[in-house]
Amino acid sequence: MKRIYIHEEYCIGCRLCEIHCIAQHSRSKKLIKAFKEEFPRPLPRLVVEESGYISFALQCRHCEDAPCLSACLTGAMYRDEKTKAVLHDKDKCVGCWMCIMVCPFGVIKRDENNKIVSKCDLCNGEEVPACVANCPNEALEYR
Amino acid sequence: MPLSTIFPEFKIIRDKEKCIACQVCVRQCAFEAHIYDPEKDEVYSDDSKCVGCHRCEALCPTDALNIIKYPFDIKDNKNWTPGILNDIYRQAESGAIILTGMGCDKDYPIYWDRILLNASQVTNPSIDPLREPMELRTFIGRKPRYVEVERSQERDTVKVKTQLPPQLRLETPIMFSAMSYGSISFNACQALARAAEEIGTYYNTGEGGLHPDLYKFGANTIVQVASGRFGVHPDYLNAGAAIEIKIGQGAKPGIGGHLPGEKVTEEISRTRMIPTGTDALSPAPHHDIYSIEDLRQLIYALKEATEYKKPVGVKIAAVHNVAAIATGIARAGADFITIDGLRGGTGAAPQVIRDNVGIPIELAIAVVDSRLREEGIREEVSLIAAGGFRKSSDVIKAIALGADAVYIGTAALAAMGCHVCQKCYTGKCNWGIATQDPYLSKRLNPNIAARRLVNLINAWSKELKEMLGGMGINAIESLRGNREHLRGVGLEEWELRLLGIKPAGEGW
Amino acid sequence: MERFLIIGSGPAAISAIETIRGKGSKVEITLLSEEPYIPYSRPLISYLLAGKIEEERLFYKGRDFYERYGVKAFLEEPAVEVNIREGIVYSTKGRKFTYDKLLIAAGGKPIIPAVEGKELKGVFTFTTLNDAKNIAKYLEVEKAERVLIVGGGLIGLKATEALLEWNLNITLVELADRILSLTLDKKASNILQWRLEKESVKVITSNTVQEIRGQKKVEEVSLRSGEILPCDMLIFAIGVAPSVSFLRESGVEINRGIIVNEKMETNIPNIYAAGDVVEIKNIISGKNQPIAIWPNATEGGKVAGANMLGEDKFYPGTFPMNSVEVCGIPTISMGLTEPEGNDYEVFSKEEGINYRKVILRDNRVVGAVFVGNIERAGIFCGLIKDHLDVSPFKSRLLDDDFGLIYLPREYRKRKIEEAIGL
Repeated sequence: MKRIYIHEEYCIGCRLCEIHCIAQHSRSKKLIKAFKEEFPRPLPRLVVEESGYISFALQCRHCEDAPCLSACLTGAMYRDEKTKAVLHDKDKCVGCWMCIMVCPFGVIKRDENNKIVSKCDLCNGEEVPACVANCPNEALEYR
Repeated sequence: MPLSTIFPEFKIIRDKEKCIACQVCVRQCAFEAHIYDPEKDEVYSDDSKCVGCHRCEALCPTDALNIIKYPFDIKDNKNWTPGILNDIYRQAESGAIILTGMGCDKDYPIYWDRILLNASQVTNPSIDPLREPMELRTFIGRKPRYVEVERSQERDTVKVKTQLPPQLRLETPIMFSAMSYGSISFNACQALARAAEEIGTYYNTGEGGLHPDLYKFGANTIVQVASGRFGVHPDYLNAGAAIEIKIGQGAKPGIGGHLPGEKVTEEISRTRMIPTGTDALSPAPHHDIYSIEDLRQLIYALKEATEYKKPVGVKIAAVHNVAAIATGIARAGADFITIDGLRGGTGAAPQVIRDNVGIPIELAIAVVDSRLREEGIREEVSLIAAGGFRKSSDVIKAIALGADAVYIGTAALAAMGCHVCQKCYTGKCNWGIATQDPYLSKRLNPNIAARRLVNLINAWSKELKEMLGGMGINAIESLRGNREHLRGVGLEEWELRLLGIKPAGEGW
Repeated sequence: MERFLIIGSGPAAISAIETIRGKGSKVEITLLSEEPYIPYSRPLISYLLAGKIEEERLFYKGRDFYERYGVKAFLEEPAVEVNIREGIVYSTKGRKFTYDKLLIAAGGKPIIPAVEGKELKGVFTFTTLNDAKNIAKYLEVEKAERVLIVGGGLIGLKATEALLEWNLNITLVELADRILSLTLDKKASNILQWRLEKESVKVITSNTVQEIRGQKKVEEVSLRSGEILPCDMLIFAIGVAPSVSFLRESGVEINRGIIVNEKMETNIPNIYAAGDVVEIKNIISGKNQPIAIWPNATEGGKVAGANMLGEDKFYPGTFPMNSVEVCGIPTISMGLTEPEGNDYEVFSKEEGINYRKVILRDNRVVGAVFVGNIERAGIFCGLIKDHLDVSPFKSRLLDDDFGLIYLPREYRKRKIEEAIGL
């Protein structure tokens, strides 16, 4: 499947990935509007980790053998037949946080406003996910 | 704290309507010109910290930032300009020499902009480079006065009998000039090396030695030997395709170099063969070179060390007596001479030297080429011009004036992202080029930088071919020193004389 | 054609079926279920009882699961006997089912203590969909207001939370000295007890029900302490035990649960078992025990399914872990949470209701507790599983920004590559 690869040696910690992820998952999909007018602001579907000069953006790895799929009680977490991505159906989620408990990358988040979880959906249908498309230093790659 | 009279150079304009307080600017500015206020969830700016590198502007996702010149309007005065005053304020506060980076930015004439090229009309046909072969290949090195050929028994095959001195083969007459590992980041060095390899040209190590990871690009590397002799050892000398002895550089003729100890990291210490954290001092002169004879000794010492397999050249700054010095260098046995003009760049130099010492490269090329011809030794040495080449037309004019090839430094840095803010000496380059701070240097992804360098040189090479074709010339070699293809505009008689070109409007 | 027989319809059974069919196998699959329903998610019954979701949402695999996966299912027809010599399973309805390969995924049965009055009306367990429906119906019909929940474990708390939505007068009785004593540590238990008491739940610890009294239906209970509590309803939520009674005579080796190897095979060839019914290796203690958690059931079922097809898959084991939210306070716990002895190093941090604790043994994470801020808890699950030496970054474990960046670069790289099957 097409995946996001992380080149941490080129991550500059600017967090443009995070910012564009938020916008991509907002109602308007517009940066300024998403940040200034839409509340609550959507959660970024990725985590930017930073320590000293090292940093990287981490999003769902869409694991081959995904522990979140095994842990999900509701069938909300599922694998897309076509893209093989691990996706999350928010209408089925009850917020039991079992997936958060087992995800070794810690990339499933609690969306406290909606009492469900939130995770990377590879920008569902976009040719290139927003985080990759807006990385100014090619620290994220989609192939 | 006593009042400071230094005023900011730049003003940061933040469009509040557009700013989403995402703090990209805060994270990107090593000079801390942007500050986030978590209480108000707002970002504000400190103009006095801004160096005008435009990194924040480039990365701002909502185009909320605009960096402009600080509107410091004193009473109109051609003598006491704001820049002059600010330098005075600065020195009145610090008592120190003003340091700067990059090349001279003062308003001396740029002769490239006063020289025009010729083109074919009717009497000689122009050439379409898209349809016909066009040769940019250039060889750097001493050429024999004549070549003996041997015709073999079978017809139509000839063999060169003369033993040719070592040559550098350039697919285009543009090389990357000396920028040391130390003055620029490892990623920047790597990008230059990779681009040189891909293009089929050379980059120059500068005086900082050669990092072990870059030895693999040796075939496209010119290794430099300067007064500090940093990182010079037999493997280093043999790693490159040529050796360049650096006597001086255009940005600071007569001045040594100084890499502060804090930039001498573990890696740099290894590469330069000096202890970590110690200042890397390049003396102003080579203490073993006080004459052309001394220089000859070093040239031949290096040739011995490399078994006469590599061209050995000498780089000097363009100074008043450049022509005479150049002939001396040629006679000392150099295979090429590099001349770095007034506008040559640097990682750090006293502003007063950078802006007041040396001569423009255009005049230097012309007088050196003329002098070498007069003395009948032009073919014994190749001439490389450096110092402020900005575009392909500068390159072609330099070649028509007499250069074999040019070095580009600032233009290469700009291709990698440099915005010429002249703050290289601070080590805080926000573009990840002139810095050893790992947080900053990773901003330069060598994959992207190398790609951009290759693009730039490819674009210039295409333009060179277009211009050559227009002149009806199908090989860059045929243009070298062919000053009939140049005409001056707005130049005084003495300038035309020194440049060896006719004024525009005058025919053959 | 090969005939697979599956006993049970819980997550272990479902994931085995999904695995078998996912690999393209066309074997004949027959399934015996004690449930009258198509497969549903039992943990969701508390959400149903709380009125947070519709019944339809329980059927998490879709209403047509059996048809889609080509399963011949017999509902409300649990197995009563397995004859391993002849390869026959007898059902409650007296039917005989033959098999080539058998998967026992019968799950667990709620434990009901032998107290007097447990047969009275108004006494429930809280495991199945019918339990939830019966409780709801009883609450409506009998207008029950005072509810006693026996057991302060996961099921008890789930029941409590669900019933809080009904505005009832709830008392929780727990035998241990604190609630969730098997899952959480003392501090976390205290936080949750404090939270429950804030919702007016009466929590009684170190006590249990001695007798249930009433004419026809439950009216009051007496506790071991002698206290008498009037109540209209009682829910036994003491726990579940592997449902193995029908195997007692079969020859399938059983301890508390069915004993299986890493391939999920029982001692009898061609008989596999998975889920709450088995004893699985606890990779922290190294001992086998029933670990009745959802991920264990699906993982075990997956491995059993693959091996039934002749593959060579292994399930190295797991460890207890759970996620439970009480009145808006989420908690996640895993592994050892209140270890005893000197072999452990404990790090903890508390800020309001946010509480984190990590337990190390020989510089390896062997347990963790998260209350309130549960973000990225799974990283610790990975550290336990991978048995990673955390000594180089021990001091960071409780940092707010603790993440993969503090893990050794090589490990991080390998982990990322492994995830995508490189």
